[in-house]
This record gives sequence, structure tokens and C-alpha cells, in this order.
Amino acid sequence: MNPILSPLSRRGFLTGGALVVSFALAPRAFAQLAGGGEGGAGPAVVAPDLKGSLKSAPWLDAWIRIDADGRATVFTGKVELGQGIRTALIQVAAEELDIPPAAVTLVTADTERTPDEGLTAGSHSMQDSGTAIQNAAANVRMLLAAEAAKIWDLPVGQVSTGGDGRLRAPDGRTLSYGEVAARLSLHVQAVPDAPLRKPSDYRTLGRALPRVDIPAKLTGGAAYLHDMRLPGMLHARVVRGPSVGTGLQSPDLDTVARMPGVVKIVRQGGFLAVVAERQWTAIQALRHLQRAAYARAAQPPLPADGSGDAVAATLKALPARDIAIMDTSDPVGPAVRSVKARYTRPWISHGSIGPSCAIAQYMDGTMTVWTHSQGTFDVRRVVAELVGLPPEKVHAIHAEGAGCYGQNGADDVAADAAVIARALPGRPIRLQWMREQEFGWEPLGPGMMTELEAELGADNRIVSWRHAVWSNPHNNRPVGAGGVLAGNEADPPFPAPEGKPIPMPEGDGSRNSNPLYSFANTHVVYHFLKDMPARVSALRSLGAHLNVFSIESMLDELAAAAGIDPLAIRLDHMRDERAREVMQAAADRFGWPKRVKGDGRHGCGMAFARYKNLGAYCAVAMEVEIDRETGRTMVRRAVAAVDCGQPANPDSVRNQIEGGLVQSLSWTGREAVRFAPDRRASFDWSSYPILRFDDVPGSVEVVVMDRPGAPFLGTAEAAQGPSAAALANAIANATGVRLRDMPLSPDRLKAALGPV
Amino acid sequence: MTVTITVNGADHALDVDPATPLLYVLRDDLELNGAKYGCGLGQCGACTVHIDGKPAFSCLTPVGAVAGRRIRTVEGLGSAEAPGLLQQAFETEQAAQCGYCIAGMLMRAQALLDRNPDPDEAQIRAHMQTNLCRCGTHMRILRAIRRAVAMRKGVQAAQEIRP
Repeated sequence: MNPILSPLSRRGFLTGGALVVSFALAPRAFAQLAGGGEGGAGPAVVAPDLKGSLKSAPWLDAWIRIDADGRATVFTGKVELGQGIRTALIQVAAEELDIPPAAVTLVTADTERTPDEGLTAGSHSMQDSGTAIQNAAANVRMLLAAEAAKIWDLPVGQVSTGGDGRLRAPDGRTLSYGEVAARLSLHVQAVPDAPLRKPSDYRTLGRALPRVDIPAKLTGGAAYLHDMRLPGMLHARVVRGPSVGTGLQSPDLDTVARMPGVVKIVRQGGFLAVVAERQWTAIQALRHLQRAAYARAAQPPLPADGSGDAVAATLKALPARDIAIMDTSDPVGPAVRSVKARYTRPWISHGSIGPSCAIAQYMDGTMTVWTHSQGTFDVRRVVAELVGLPPEKVHAIHAEGAGCYGQNGADDVAADAAVIARALPGRPIRLQWMREQEFGWEPLGPGMMTELEAELGADNRIVSWRHAVWSNPHNNRPVGAGGVLAGNEADPPFPAPEGKPIPMPEGDGSRNSNPLYSFANTHVVYHFLKDMPARVSALRSLGAHLNVFSIESMLDELAAAAGIDPLAIRLDHMRDERAREVMQAAADRFGWPKRVKGDGRHGCGMAFARYKNLGAYCAVAMEVEIDRETGRTMVRRAVAAVDCGQPANPDSVRNQIEGGLVQSLSWTGREAVRFAPDRRASFDWSSYPILRFDDVPGSVEVVVMDRPGAPFLGTAEAAQGPSAAALANAIANATGVRLRDMPLSPDRLKAALGPV
Repeated sequence: MTVTITVNGADHALDVDPATPLLYVLRDDLELNGAKYGCGLGQCGACTVHIDGKPAFSCLTPVGAVAGRRIRTVEGLGSAEAPGLLQQAFETEQAAQCGYCIAGMLMRAQALLDRNPDPDEAQIRAHMQTNLCRCGTHMRILRAIRRAVAMRKGVQAAQEIRP
């Protein structure tokens, strides 16, 4: 939220009738803790007994303020990415404060106002922030009730709330939250055992409230950072070669400097940008400069194009460090069947519909940056180092952007804008990347491969399971200037940080390589690739996309070899009751026993995973129809079941799972970044096609499991892996052809099917 | 030079290079947020507006080419306080995730409904083919368009019943 879009101005915040004594933020350690599950620079744990992000920010007034009029202002370090977190967190706060959701104002990540909760990533927001706000709100309600009891001279157990922001005595007397809060200080640490409201009493949590951000998005309201217009704002474009590692040779700066409306050319080391009064002028200047020839500096060869063999050859040629993930030994009978297979995924683009954007303003020694990065506090760290300011002189504020699904250009563009703003003090600088810059310079989702080998015993039980994964850490989130493009272009350049693995249980490229199933003799090894020939970082679900695809494809390969039903082989090896229930729920809703049988053109497949083995459980079943002449796969219908603990907003959960499923069909079925010898060759939507309306499923249905009061389990990435594998399994069931190399494209399927 | 354009029923005389794409005039001069920059290539549809009732990519349309023609943006369909029928249908279906594509989706769909008030599923899908969504909100967008069709029929039926 930012001053333009926020109903609550900073002045209002500072002067309103607040009971905030002093705004409490936890010490901002630069320790490499699990910043939102992706290893960014998260805050240090100072209160390990508390739940969620209260562990790092235990003071109640860091999270909640009760105004004199009884309205609550709630602060979160997480941000809205289109996943609906804003609405979900308002529901959590309203429920535990026991006030109407309309009485809650939510402030999202802002380095001067909210706790640092690390990245908004890894499906951590409900677990981290939702849990923190839930418990902080329960603490506040407890303190309000205790204070009211003191006023009335009653035992605290006799004070109740009724959902309307008033405290009640048994004799009918009431006091408003505002009146009582005025007598209290919330500058106290949370206690771990403040009683939570009973699920049977819920008024707000678990209801499908309409999302608060949607009306503006449907009507042209100021919904995005892109829509901010600050007084005196200038438009900038950053000037680079066609893709990462390239540079322009002698761009024609003289002509551009004479273009009417061009205000400044910013050139520092290898960084180049043009600033103009009007956006179209800046774009024309950029286009003129881009006429220069480009060259790619001597670097490792770009990943080979095309086939799974080429992806595998590229990865296997890289130096690897082997990390044991799982190693179990069990006495078993002899194997009667064995299946061995290799699975690959190419490099994938985040493909945000809106190219990344940022606004920066340097004034009176302070840099303010509006950013749609997933790591608002990281933007401050990066910018401070990059422009040489102490961190407290950099104010980073989140404002919404287009969906990012991981680290797209958001962090880079924020740093770019700050460098430009530093060179033009006083003027707000709005910088948006062009379409081809987003494709050419954003970090890609990394290429990966796995090799699996599994054996079945005579009783159809799996007697051994081997899984090897080759991957880089995916997570190259910037925590300093060396992590962004502008830092690499500075003179001298800031050193690029080294990729470090995120340890299990979260994992990175290793994520979900450890099967949740009970397999005997399980050996999982992670061939950790520190460096990649292409710039890469986090893409929604990290390694879980290929690891789950591999595990769940292999299960179907075994089932097919032994003539076992795919659902049966999964249930036979699953002890986790919630996992079993999710699989069964998807199968029931799908009508699994009566499904269409594979007949050459039609078929069905299913798959399951629990994200990271600690987030949401998700099972997917789908029915496909194959056009054997073209190799085109049409998903006729898909059913997903998801267990995310207590759903804060079941419709938002459905929206995430539906969206994740469709997006995964696009990744898995269509997408691969193309490379020329000296640049990325995917630079627009024709050279990087994604799923369009013609290719989306006939229907998608999502079953949300009812788990009243159960801890929140992150949902946003849960569908990526299961949807990918269900597609491969359905294609195999329909055609008898097993596709193991993504994308499972029409061309590849047609080639595998052979002549019609 | 001065170019006069008509947007959502209002005339605007603008001192602007006539080669400027309509998108930047709408966003930067008229301060309308609806049309979005997505690709600048007419490949994604995030910038879709209506020109004389037909859907058009505002990122590819020079403002000088639309002088005197009727331009409609998503702001012309209704507001958050008084949403139009299609906007209501999208709200009811919660047909947005990040929502960056949605104004373009609405304008694209509205053009179909203006021409054909009762499209079938295949017609809707074919018509929406030009517009990209990355969040995978397609199923909800399709539901919202179907809902708008049904709502319009309901309104018409109610009007016919009324004596």
C-alpha cells in the first residue's frame, strides 16, 4: 500500500488517536534465515515460543492498532500478488478481534510501517503472517476484555464480544473497543496462549468474502503501482542489449540527447537509461538506442535448445555438489518389476502480463521506492547498497504489480529506478520495462532433470525407490546490490552472490524430491548446480514442479507395468490420513471408478502432492482428449481437491488452485524458453506462446476440504506439481505413450504417436 | 499539434504527437488506468479498448488515427460504485487474480456481447482467444461472461413480464 492508494495517509497514521506508544519493529538482522521460505534475508527469530512471524516481531503494536473510533489498522509484511492475501488477512484479523471485516484497514509491506516478514513467497503468507495476525488479534481481544473487566469490576470470564466491536457485560452494559483501547498500551509482547475463537463461532473466517482488491481492478481504479502518478513525475526507460549478458555497442546518445522532451541520459558504468517528460518520448529514445549492434560478453554457452536430451546434456556438464536428501534401508522381498526413467524440464519464463515497473524519488537525502517486488525489505537493502545510502535513508513501499509467480523483473526494475532517481534529485521517476526486456532480462525458472528408478515386489509394494535431481537452487533472490542487474552494471560491479541451497524440509531444486509416500529403501540425492548458464531464480513451486511430476509419473509407470489402478497404488503407499482423504475426495468428485478408459484418444490421469510435505495437500484428476492428427491435447475436465487447513477464504483457495492448475498446464504442455547462440530467442508472446482460451480445460472443479480451526497451510503453489503429472498420466492413459520431457507439446506427442 | 479524441462520451483536445499510441494518451494524458501496457505488440490484449464499438489494441493505434472516432475504455462500462452488467458478473464470479489483464478482458468480452447478446461457449472462447491471462483465471472469466449473458436475459425477461 502507498500514500496514493491508501485510505490511511502516513500523516493520519502518525496523528490519529492511536494507542501505539512507539512503533515496534524487531531487529532487522541480515541473517540468511528462511525469509518467507526462500532463503532471503529474513528477520531474526527473537521469540521462538510464539507462532508465525510473531517469532521475529513479538510486539502487538507492530501488528495491530485500535483507533479511537474502534477501527483496527493491521500491519503485515506480506504483499498482495493477486493471490488474495489482503482479503484473507483482513478476515483473519476481523475474526480474532471479533469485529466486522469492514472495520479493518490492512497495511502491507512498507519498510517504515510494517514488520519485516521476509519474502512473500513459498506459500508462506498464511502460515507466517496469517498465524501472527491471528494470534496477535487474539492477544489484543484478550487485553481488551481484561481491561473492560477491570472497568466493570467483573471476572474477566464474564466479558464477551459480539462481533460488533463492543465488549459486553452480563448485565447488558457495553463498551466500545475504542474507549477501552484508549486506556491500554499494545506495546507489549504477545503471549503464546491467548485463546483463539472457536471455529463453531466463526463469523468471518472461512467465508467466501469478495476480495477487497477486485472492484478497482474491474473498473479502472488506481489498482497498481503502474497507475501511480506523482507530481512532477518523469518517465524513464533503461537501455540494455536484447538479453542477459549482452551489451549495446556505441548506442547513438548524441541524437537522443537532442530529442525534444528528453530530460537526461543517465550513464554510470555499464548502466544506461533515458529519462523524458513523456513516456512515448522515452520509448522512442530507447528504440533509437537499441539500433546499435550488440555483443555477448565471453560467458558460458547458453543452454542448448529443444529436446530433453539437450537439457540433460547441459545440466550434466555443469559442476555438481551432491547432497543426500533421504536414505532409508528396509528389509524387503525380491523385486519382480523395475522401471527407470529420466524426466526433464526446460527453462521457463515467469511471463508476467505486465512488464515490471517501479517509481523512485530521491529527495532531501532519502530515497523512496515504490515496488511490486516480493521482498519489499530486500529492495531497501539492495537500493541502499547500490546508491550508497544507509538503509534507514531508503524507504521501500509495496504497491501491486501484475502477477509475478516468483522473481521476475520486479527487483531489477526497482534498483534501476533508484539509480536513475539518484541522478535526478527531486523528480519522481517512473520506469517500466518493455515486453522484450522482461523476457530478455528477468531471471528464468531453471531447467532441471531427474532420474528415477523404482522396483515393485510381488505384492505390488514398492521395494526400492531412487530419485536423483539435477538443479540449481532456483532461489537467487537479491539481498544486496550484487543480486540485481544495475549492481552488475555498476563500475566497479558489485559481486554477484553465490547460489546456496535452501535446506530441507523446504528445499529448493530439491523441493518435494522426498516422497511423502512410504516407500521402502528410498534414496534421494540432490546434484546441486551452483551456477547456470542462464540467469535464473525462483518460479512458483521451485523444484516441486519437476520433482512431483517425476514421482507421480513414475507411480503411474509402475502401476501400468503391474496392472494396478493409479489411485490404488497411491493409497497403498500413503499413511498420512489427510493425504489419503484428499486423494479420495478428488477421485470421488471426478468419478474415478467410472472414468473414461484409455482408448487411443481419451484417457484419465491423477496425481498428488503435499507441497514441501508441509504445506497444502493437493490431488488432481483430469480427463483428456487427444487429436492424433495434430498431437493436440484437450483437457476436457479437471477436478482438484485441496486441504489447506482452515481456509481463510475458500473461494480464494479455489481461485488459486484453479489458476495454478491452468498455469501448470501451460508450463507443462507448452512452454520452453528458446535460446540463440548469443541471446535468448524468446522475446514476445509469439516466440514464447502460453495457453490461450482455446486450450484451457472444458471445466475445472475444486474441492476445498473442511478443516475447522486447523493451522493454515500455504496453498498458492500446491497445484503446480500435481497438475503437471496428472496431464502426463492422462496422456499416457489415453495413448499408451509416456512423455517425460516437458513441454508435453503437440509436436512431441505427434512425433511419439507416429503416423496416424 | 492538437488532436481531439472522444473518450467515454467526452471530447478531449490534446497537444500531442499524433504518432503516440492511444494507450499512452489514455494513461498519461487522460489519467485513465483501465487500458494496460502489456506487450506493445498487439499480442496480449491488456490494452484493449473499443474504437467505434470494435475491440482494438490501443498500444498499436496512433492517437492521430482515432480523431473524431468513439473510444470506450473500461471506465466507460461503469464504476466501482455503479458497475456495469459485465463488471458485476466479473465481481460475482471473482474473476480476477492479479487482474492486470482484466480490463482488457472486459472490453474484449463486451465487444462480443454488444454484437451477439447470446453467444455459445465456442463463440466466447474463440472471441477471447486474443487476450492472455497468466494467472490462469480463464475458467472464471468464461463463467463471468456466461453469467453476464444470463443476467441480461434475466433483465430482459423481467422487462417483458412488466405490464
